[in-house]
Amino acid sequence: MAKAPKSKKSPAKSPAEDTDFILHSLQEALEKDKRYKASGEQLQHFYEQMLLIRRFEERAGQLYGLGLIGGFCHLYIGQEAVAVGLQSALTEGLDSVITGYRDHGHMLAYGIDPKVIMAELTGREAGISKGKGGSMHMFSTEHKFYGGHGIVGAQVSLGGGLALAHQYNDDGGLCLAYFGDGAANQGQVYETFNMAALWNLPIVFVVENNQYAMGTAVKRSSAETEFYRRGTAFRIPGMKVNGMDVLEVRQAAEIAFKHVREGKGPVLMECETYRYRGHSMSDPAKYRTREEVQDIREHKDPIEGLKKFMIENGSKEDDLKAIDKDIRKVVSEAADFAENSPEPEASELYTDVLVEEY
Amino acid sequence: MPIELKMPALSPTMEEGTLAKWLKSEGDEIVAGDIIAEIETDKATMEFEAVDEGTLGKIMIEEGTEGVKVGTVIAMLAGEGEDASDIDAPAQSGEVDDVQGEGKDVGREESEAEITKPKPKPKTDVRDPDVPEGTSYTSTSVREALRDAMAEEMRRDERVFVMGEEVAEYQGAYKVTQGLLDEFGPKRVIDTPITEYGFAGIGTGAAMGGLRPIVEFMTFNFAMQAIDHIINSAAKTNYMSGGQMRCPVVFRGPNGAASRVGAQHSQNYGPWYASVPGLIVIAPYDSADAKGLMKAAIRSEDPVVFLENELVYGRSFDVPDMDDYMLPIGKARIMREGSDVTIVAYSIAVGLALEAAQELAGEGIDAEVIDLRTLRPLDRETVLASLAKTNRLVIAEEGWPTCSIASEIIAICMEDGFDHLDAPVTRVCDEDVPLPYAANLEKMALIDTPRIVKAVKKVCYRD
Repeated sequence: MAKAPKSKKSPAKSPAEDTDFILHSLQEALEKDKRYKASGEQLQHFYEQMLLIRRFEERAGQLYGLGLIGGFCHLYIGQEAVAVGLQSALTEGLDSVITGYRDHGHMLAYGIDPKVIMAELTGREAGISKGKGGSMHMFSTEHKFYGGHGIVGAQVSLGGGLALAHQYNDDGGLCLAYFGDGAANQGQVYETFNMAALWNLPIVFVVENNQYAMGTAVKRSSAETEFYRRGTAFRIPGMKVNGMDVLEVRQAAEIAFKHVREGKGPVLMECETYRYRGHSMSDPAKYRTREEVQDIREHKDPIEGLKKFMIENGSKEDDLKAIDKDIRKVVSEAADFAENSPEPEASELYTDVLVEEY
Repeated sequence: MPIELKMPALSPTMEEGTLAKWLKSEGDEIVAGDIIAEIETDKATMEFEAVDEGTLGKIMIEEGTEGVKVGTVIAMLAGEGEDASDIDAPAQSGEVDDVQGEGKDVGREESEAEITKPKPKPKTDVRDPDVPEGTSYTSTSVREALRDAMAEEMRRDERVFVMGEEVAEYQGAYKVTQGLLDEFGPKRVIDTPITEYGFAGIGTGAAMGGLRPIVEFMTFNFAMQAIDHIINSAAKTNYMSGGQMRCPVVFRGPNGAASRVGAQHSQNYGPWYASVPGLIVIAPYDSADAKGLMKAAIRSEDPVVFLENELVYGRSFDVPDMDDYMLPIGKARIMREGSDVTIVAYSIAVGLALEAAQELAGEGIDAEVIDLRTLRPLDRETVLASLAKTNRLVIAEEGWPTCSIASEIIAICMEDGFDHLDAPVTRVCDEDVPLPYAANLEKMALIDTPRIVKAVKKVCYRD
């Protein structure tokens, strides 16, 4: 048998071998300079994307109320800065993204056409999964977006596999794997942390801590509520990030992605955020007070926060209003499209079960 | 344009609800996020939150009204610059007819076509390759045949790699991956920690990312920890993504009862996986089939569960000395031709069925033995053609009888072979108990040749 060819370059030192490894090094780098210096154009882009997610999700909520969207529908309202801040830092066409069932925002942050997303929510033929996936199961391999997974935590180990593929192909890409504070208590998350650190996989684990796992507050479900510390046992550096500030999220992404791309292994980033709506549309959200939600909306809203920053830096209120108007139009068109597209052909029932014929 | 506020659906099943309370009055200013009303569903009292801004115009449904249908206009909201007191009630028509499915659909005419499964293509192109005359054969163990298949495919395709517990440095817990590390190196033969759920997910994700993983479970008993990824992640993704996202992964390892390892290490998962649309399930018996089908499994674009058997690993059978010996997935094999009765089996039970056939021949019963080889998709045609010839059928399966492959074969015979039956189809399975440890009890619990012989005689009315 032939010997395996020797790898061209020696693999980077794994954290386990590095005695000087500092688990808090990335956090320290972030603390030094917390906010990303965005250009005017970038600021406007962040604003547009976050607003698009907000308006899209509000509309999705309405369509659910009208019976046009069925089943489960988990809205991303309040968490917009996380997906926008992180995904804006990815290398297009190279890096991969995977998330759970609260996935509309991540797809919109990719610039995927809102029409095909909304049409998937209404279960129509024109939907991104031909109407066969629904809110929780959407994918775009073209954008290297790998779903959209309905089983809490499954996307973390699947993301480990995507990262393994990046490493195997030596393509320089990384995987961004999102999960919630609820999924953070699933065993497979830690199985994946272990292998990701052991094999030095290019992956950024992002805990979107929106404070509630369905109806259970973080402090009622988690012995360690500081999720960014949970990689310590696997020697994965952690970062704690204000997920309501798109510029801080973007800055953290720059630091984390650089670390991973240098071959230093995985990073665990906790983004503290908040969802304004219930866990899903059928959640009355009695586990928290109205005042708590209003307080966040009034004082920490990611879109209002960025708007204020932009106006302080010379943007005109009227221009921002015009953006909102344009986005409302885009969302209205998407909703009309989603309402008026036909349902899938009956023949689609039996397609795509298998790829090949046997 | 005033905005219509409609009775919202607040759960997947809600059709109507009670408008319990208005929290705003006509003329009130409303901003997005305000709670306008409370609505009672069968499960909970929900707050109805404003999305749009404006002035509450007319309240159309008074508080306390029960049975308000979803979609009914409950109030009107005046936008900027509109006079709230000047809003007319909308006509309560304009309801979109629901054509098909649950969503309100205005698009499609109901199709006249029946929603039937596409007919399977005739299997003329699906048959074992001709082994040219003069081809030599080499006696090979099932263990080596599986290893050779993996090695050949790894040489052929850089994307193919193996991962699992003890597959590399230890050379495989059952030595199936022996020699692979030496030839292909640690990048392509990956030792995992003992972490089935995690590495099954990583393997599945790597397949989604474009690689061709072979994920070894030390035994399929441990794959129960990982079954979520096999079913929810691997099997369903192509369908849920509308055909966008493939998952060409092979999950393989020994399955079924071993020897004296007790209940938790002795179980046949064939029927479990074979019940799942989106999976291919293969369970070969001899070395040639193990090799040819493993190569086909690795090349398949679909996720494959490949069920081996520890007790068969060491048995040797002839394998044709051919460069690229590939077998079709989904095609059974007639192991022995016969005219009086058909015995259908797979995996280790094929050996028992062949022994039984030999014994029966001595008593003047000419049995045909079919090895299913693939459990999903099941080769109905071969089973039914044999039944049409022999008119009697017994299934031999090393596994529990309830909801088994045997049950499935019986259903197929009843549905599509009833007119050919001269006797009830009979199954010979393991006893319906967790597998005991004690040698005598284990023997009693497992299928064996005498039981198959007895069942065949019964359907031939020779008992």
